[in-house]
Amino acid sequence: MSTIAIPQAGVHAVHRDERSFIRKYIFSTDHKIIGIQFLLMSLLFLLVGGLLALTMRWQLAWPGRPIPGGGILPDTMAPDGIILPEFYNSLVTMHGTFMIFFAIMPLLVGVFANYLIPLQIGAPDMAFPRLNMMSFWTSVPAGILMLASFFVEGGAAAAGWTSYAPLSAVPEYSGVSTGQQLWCLSLIILGFSSLMGAVNYITTVINMRAPGMTWFRLPLPVWALFITAILVLLAIPILTGALILLYFDQVLGTGFYLPERGGQPLLWQHLFWFFGHPEVYILILPAMGMASEIIANGARKPIFGYHAMVIAICAIAFLGWIVWGHHMFQSGMNPMLGSTFMFTTMIIAVPSAIKTFNWLATLWKGDIHFTVPMLHALAFVAMFVIGGLSGVFMASTAVDIYIHDTYFIVAHIHYVLFGGSLFAIFGAITYWFPKMFGRMMHVGLGKVHFFLTFIFYNLTFFPMHQLGLGGMMRRLYDPTQYAHLQPLQELNQFVTINALLLGAVQLLFVANFIWSMFRGKRAEMNPWRANSLEWSVPSPPPHGNFAVTPIVYRGPYEYSSPESDEDYLPQDRPPAARPVPAPDLVPAH
Amino acid sequence: MNWSLPENVSTFGAQVDSIYYLILGITAVIFFAVEALLVYFLVRYRHREGRKAAYIHGNTRAEVIWTLVPFLIILFIAFRSRTVWLEVKDPERMPPGALELRVAAKQFEWNVTYPGPDERLGTADDFVRRGQLRIPVNRPVRVTLASEDVIHSFFLPEFRVKQDAVPGMEIPVWFQATRTGEFTLGCAELCGLGHYRMRGTVTVQTAEEFAAWQREQSRAGLAAAN
Repeated sequence: MSTIAIPQAGVHAVHRDERSFIRKYIFSTDHKIIGIQFLLMSLLFLLVGGLLALTMRWQLAWPGRPIPGGGILPDTMAPDGIILPEFYNSLVTMHGTFMIFFAIMPLLVGVFANYLIPLQIGAPDMAFPRLNMMSFWTSVPAGILMLASFFVEGGAAAAGWTSYAPLSAVPEYSGVSTGQQLWCLSLIILGFSSLMGAVNYITTVINMRAPGMTWFRLPLPVWALFITAILVLLAIPILTGALILLYFDQVLGTGFYLPERGGQPLLWQHLFWFFGHPEVYILILPAMGMASEIIANGARKPIFGYHAMVIAICAIAFLGWIVWGHHMFQSGMNPMLGSTFMFTTMIIAVPSAIKTFNWLATLWKGDIHFTVPMLHALAFVAMFVIGGLSGVFMASTAVDIYIHDTYFIVAHIHYVLFGGSLFAIFGAITYWFPKMFGRMMHVGLGKVHFFLTFIFYNLTFFPMHQLGLGGMMRRLYDPTQYAHLQPLQELNQFVTINALLLGAVQLLFVANFIWSMFRGKRAEMNPWRANSLEWSVPSPPPHGNFAVTPIVYRGPYEYSSPESDEDYLPQDRPPAARPVPAPDLVPAH
Repeated sequence: MNWSLPENVSTFGAQVDSIYYLILGITAVIFFAVEALLVYFLVRYRHREGRKAAYIHGNTRAEVIWTLVPFLIILFIAFRSRTVWLEVKDPERMPPGALELRVAAKQFEWNVTYPGPDERLGTADDFVRRGQLRIPVNRPVRVTLASEDVIHSFFLPEFRVKQDAVPGMEIPVWFQATRTGEFTLGCAELCGLGHYRMRGTVTVQTAEEFAAWQREQSRAGLAAAN
C-alpha cells in the first residue's frame, strides 16, 4: 500500500458557519461549491452551444429563409433574419468551441472531478483549495471573452473549432480579425484554468486517499478522472503553445504557419491534433468512469472486470497520444505515415471493446433497476457502440478518403460526444444531484426527458451518416449549391426538424433541474443504496465532508455480496464481527 | 436507410468501396449482436421481487477472448485498407503515361492548367481553365495540387478522391475515369466565406474528344497571346 495522508477533517470545519455568503457561495474554496459553480456555468454554455447549433441547422434545411424571431439579430449577422455566410462560419466555429471547451469538458472534469474526487476518496477537500477556486474564476473571463467575441467588429472566430491556419492566421482570409484573436486569448486563459484543476486532481488522488483506500479500491470515476487529469496536464500546454504561435502570426506578423514567411500550415495541424486527440479522450474517459459506477449500482452487481476496466482506461489514455495523425490522412502528410497512424488508431478499438463487453457482462445476471441515471448510462453504452463502430470507417485510411470532412464525421463525433459523453453527463447529474442539492430530481419528468431525448437524438444524428455517405461536406453554408447534394435536401430538413425537437425537449431537463433544486423530494443520505464514500455523509455534505475520517475496508462495487443481508455493502462498513462462513465468500479486494 | 455509396467512376474507387462494404458488414454484425445482447440482458435480468444479482467479479478467460478477437478483426481491416490506401496515395505507385495537370486552388476557385498538344506543362501552349476539370476516359490523370492562400480540399466524390491543397506544398494526386460524363468537383475544407460555392465540374470525354478540345483551346490561347 502506498503512503496515505490522514485527512484532518474536523480541524478545518470548526469555523464553517462563520463564513460570509460571498466566501461560502461565490469565492468559495469548498470543492463541492466549486463543482456546482462549474455545473451551472457549463450548463449555461451547453444551452448557448445548442442554440448556435439550431441556428445553423435552420440554414442547412432552408437556406436563405429568415429564421423565426431572427429579426433581433444585428444586420452584421442576419439582416432580416437571413443568416449571412460569415455568420454561418462563426456559428460552426463557436458551436464546436463552446461545446467542447466550455460545456462537455468542464461538465466532465470541472464538475465531477471537483465534486467526486474528495468525496469518493474520503478527503475533506482538494489538496489545494485556493488553487481550485482560482481555477474556476479563471475560466469565467475565458467564457466572457469568447461570448463577447460575437459582438466585436467582424464577428466571432470563423475558421472552424479546429482553426486551421492560414485561414485562422490571416484576417484577410477569414474576414475576421479581432474575433480570431479573442478566440486564441480565451482558450489560452481557459488552458490555465484546466491546468490548475489538473494538478489539483492528481495531487489529491495521490496524497489524500482515506486509510484503506488503495489504488484498486478506488471507484472507477476517480480512476477515469485521475487519468484524465494527467492527459489534461500534458495536452493543454501543447494547445497553449500552438495558440500563442497562432496569436503571434495574427498580431505580430510572425509566420509560424504561413509558408510565404517560411512557416508550415501543417505545423498547426500536428500541434492541434497532438493536443486534440488526447482531448477526445478527456471528453470520454470520465463519462466511461461515471457510467460504470451507475451501471454497477443499477444492476446491483459488482462491476465485471474491475482491473480490466482500469487497464483499458490507461491503455486508451496512452494510445490516445499516438493516433493524432488520423485527423490528417488527407492533409498532404506522407502516406506512409498515414498507414502507421491507421494501425495505432485501429488498436484503440481494442480497449474500447473491452470496456463495452465488461459493461454488458456487468448487466448479465444482474438485478437491473431502471432508475433515471441507469437509463442514461445504458443509453451511453448503446450509443458509444455506434460511435465506436463508425470510428472504424474513418480509421481505415482507404475509406477515410471518401468520408473525411463529410457529415459522416459529424455523425461520428456526435455519437461519441452527445450519445456518449452527454448521456453519461445527464446520468451523472441525476445520480449525484441528491448529494449536491439534498433533493431528488423528479423521476417522471426525468424519464420523459430521457426517452424523448433518446428518440430525437437518434433521429437527428443517425441520418447524418447518410448525408456523409451521399458526399455532403462539412461546414457548407448552403448545400443546395451542389447538384449532387440536392437530393439530400429533404433529409437535411428531416434532421433539422428533429434537432429543433431535441432542443425543445431539453427544456424539460432545465425545468426539472430548477424545480428539483428547490422543490424536489428531500434526499436521504444514500438514496441509490450505493457503496462509495460520498453516500456515507449527509446530503449535501457539510464543509469538510467527513465528520470522522472514514476507514475503507473493501472495493466500491460489493453489490449483492453474500457478506451482507442487503444487496450492497458500503466501503466503510467494518467487516462483520461474526466469523466468515466460508473462505470463498471473502470479497476479492 | 440507404447504406450504399454513390456511383463510382474511377479505377481504384471500386477497391475503396469494397473496403467500405467490408467494414460495413463487420460492424453491422457487431452492432446487432451487441445491441441485441444489451436489450436481452435488460429484459431478462430486469428487477423482480426477490431477485438477487449474481456476485461475480469477472472472468479472465472472457477478458482474453474479447481482447484478442477485436484485435485480430481490426488488424485484418487495417491490412486490407493499407493496400488500397497506398495504391491511391503513394506517389511511387502512380501509373506512368498519365495526363499531367496542375490544379491551383484559391479562394474560391479551382484553376486547372492543361498542357497543350506537346503534353508538357510549363511550355507556351499551356492554358488555364477556371472551375473546369476536363479529362479523357480510361487514361490516368496526375494532378499536381497547390494552393495560393488557405487550405482547400480537392474532392471528387464520384472518383473517391480527396486531397487537401496546402499552401507551400505541391501534392500529387492521381485518378483514372472509367466512363464519360459530368461529375462534381467540390471543396471539402472550410476555406472562408465562399467555401460553400467553391465548386467546379469534372467532364470526362473520350480520348479523341479531349485531344480535339485540347488542340483547339491551346491554339486559341497561343493566338490570343500573339
